Amino acid sequence: MLNIKTIDDATISQRVYQLNLGPQHPSTHGVMHLLLTLDGEVVVKIEPIIGYSHRGHEKMAENRIYEQFLPNPARMDYLSGMIFNHGYCMAVEKLCGIEVPRRAEYIRVITSELNRIASHFIGTMDYAMGLGAITPFLWGWDDRENILDLLEMISGSRLTYSYGRFGGVRNDITKEFYDGTRKFIDRLRSRFWDYENLINQNVIFIKRSRDVGVITTEDALAFGVTGPTLRGSGVKYDVRKNEPYSAYPEFKFEIPTRKEGDCLARYQVRMAELEQSINIIEQALDHLPPGPVRAKVPRFVTPPEGDCYVTFESARGAAGFYIVSDGTRVPYRIKVRAPSFSNLFVLTKICPGHFLADIVAIFGSIDVTVPEIDR
Amino acid sequence: MNITQLPYIKDVYGFLGSDVMSGLVGLLIIAALVPLNVAFLVLVERKVAGHIQLRPGPMEVGPHGILQTLIDAVKLLGKEMVTPSSTDKLLYWLSPIIVVAPAFVGFIPLPFSPLVQIKDVNVGFLLIFSFSSIGVISILMGGWASNNKYSLIGAVRSVAQNVAYEIPLLLATMPIILMTNTFKLGEIAQAQAQSGLWFIFYQPIAAIIFFIATTAETNRAPFDLVEGESELVSGFHTEYTGMRFSLFFLAEYTNMVIAAALFTTFFLGGWHGPVLPGAVWFFAKTYFLLFVVMWIRWTYPRIRFDQLMNFAWKILIPIALVNLFITAIVLKVL
Repeated sequence: MLNIKTIDDATISQRVYQLNLGPQHPSTHGVMHLLLTLDGEVVVKIEPIIGYSHRGHEKMAENRIYEQFLPNPARMDYLSGMIFNHGYCMAVEKLCGIEVPRRAEYIRVITSELNRIASHFIGTMDYAMGLGAITPFLWGWDDRENILDLLEMISGSRLTYSYGRFGGVRNDITKEFYDGTRKFIDRLRSRFWDYENLINQNVIFIKRSRDVGVITTEDALAFGVTGPTLRGSGVKYDVRKNEPYSAYPEFKFEIPTRKEGDCLARYQVRMAELEQSINIIEQALDHLPPGPVRAKVPRFVTPPEGDCYVTFESARGAAGFYIVSDGTRVPYRIKVRAPSFSNLFVLTKICPGHFLADIVAIFGSIDVTVPEIDR
Repeated sequence: MNITQLPYIKDVYGFLGSDVMSGLVGLLIIAALVPLNVAFLVLVERKVAGHIQLRPGPMEVGPHGILQTLIDAVKLLGKEMVTPSSTDKLLYWLSPIIVVAPAFVGFIPLPFSPLVQIKDVNVGFLLIFSFSSIGVISILMGGWASNNKYSLIGAVRSVAQNVAYEIPLLLATMPIILMTNTFKLGEIAQAQAQSGLWFIFYQPIAAIIFFIATTAETNRAPFDLVEGESELVSGFHTEYTGMRFSLFFLAEYTNMVIAAALFTTFFLGGWHGPVLPGAVWFFAKTYFLLFVVMWIRWTYPRIRFDQLMNFAWKILIPIALVNLFITAIVLKVL
């Protein structure tokens, strides 16, 4: 990292130029637009420009009944659709006071954690691809494919699931899914060794990641950063532990943290979380309670007047649904807290002084999904 | 082919002068060999990449996709060659032509076997290096003329990288020159064939430096910052389409072949090997090295630009200098 303060403003105004990284660029994960001010290859200023995939999900919610909004949350964060779907269902259930059967809670946890693994594979391996290593990406893709197959088996779709229903899930899991998940866990455990050798120990990978894009604990808290990005900066905060929801209090798992706050730390946190997610899934499969998977809920829910906020841990951090009800079948307002939005803007603080190539790395290590930011 | 050694051909074409004639025939052979070889290498690259990445690679065109690159070449030929409106037209047009020409010249002094060599030029490897330096100029031209910031960054990187890595490259070959007292590539290979001990055993450090430097010179991963698709989209050839793009591609792979062939000549004994004819050994060694280069490409991430420069100036050049110095002293004492 260079000290850009040594150059005075007058010199900078003469020698800098602007570069539009995106909205169409191989490593901006969709349609993110980063307006960079560069001095040679060193970034002086960075300005994320959002809104290219704004589809007005929050406005849509005001024009349809609660059930009709079910497919939308998964389309906000398309990489952890199951988790967002879970969160939305929880919010409506809290508003209506619906009790969810334990078996349904367990199934929700299993599917959410599977989805988290799939999402972290994108987060970590896409980061490696940002550094120029294409093979890890395809290896991760291969493992993720198994998860998508499993989730397709029970929900019918591969990415934008709406498997959760108010008061439970749509259908019970099959024996095929149960055995397939067990098999997948065994396979994934044996694959960690490969990842360790292919990238975690790779000299160039470590050289490119260490001390790059350091987010200090103060910065992370000031910008409202959450999720693996926050845990990489040394804060032990995970909604699943700190504000437990669903069946999470019944499982034993660790919250991996790193103190360094650089790209490597964030990468390592995500890799460590894969193992924790596996542990949770295994415990849930071991103690899967019998019973119904869906509570008795009217065909169309009509929550009483009032509001509620439900927060949950998506793959990218603490997401939340704030729902205001005016006592009709249509929500008055739904506000989504998108973790990617807060995580993204920490870039403006940490990027200046880094090289152009590092921007891609830092952006990848923060792991944002653009549709979630824009909604 | 060293046609001058075949007397009847010399008689028939004597009126043209044997040198001119052998040069012409040689260039024709190169012109046929290079694109075919590149087509084959691209297929190998895609297959190697595929198998490393847990997928089969191209499978559709022909058995196991062996005709894929031919179809791709046809596709690229049929594509429109777009010239963006704000480019420097002349330089933009000239750049892909200039990049290919020196790559062809590099084949002239390569000793494929004791008999198969177009011309054992007495400045041998200097010829190859000086011509390969022209390739950099064309990359700079293309990057500048494209009038695109990504292309320009790629081109600027290319110049800095090539200047930095040419020095350790030459320093790594100097010990071999000291040991053999010749610039002729044929004689260097001959020296190893006679003693039976390849120079890689005498000069392992020089061999490693040479390998790293040629990888950087040919812009291959992990030193492919000139193209660096994750940050620079496609680097200096971002604006190039169709056949112009494929000429850059052709030059890249041809340079790879020349680099591997040079390594074979300098360090792996050239054509030297038991039982099989020399040319077979030469190509086997060259293709093995090309496979190693591909293997590295699909395993390692890309190094950052300042790290690349530090690596050349702070690590490779001092080691190469010390190695050269020690070689010189040992040769003088012995």
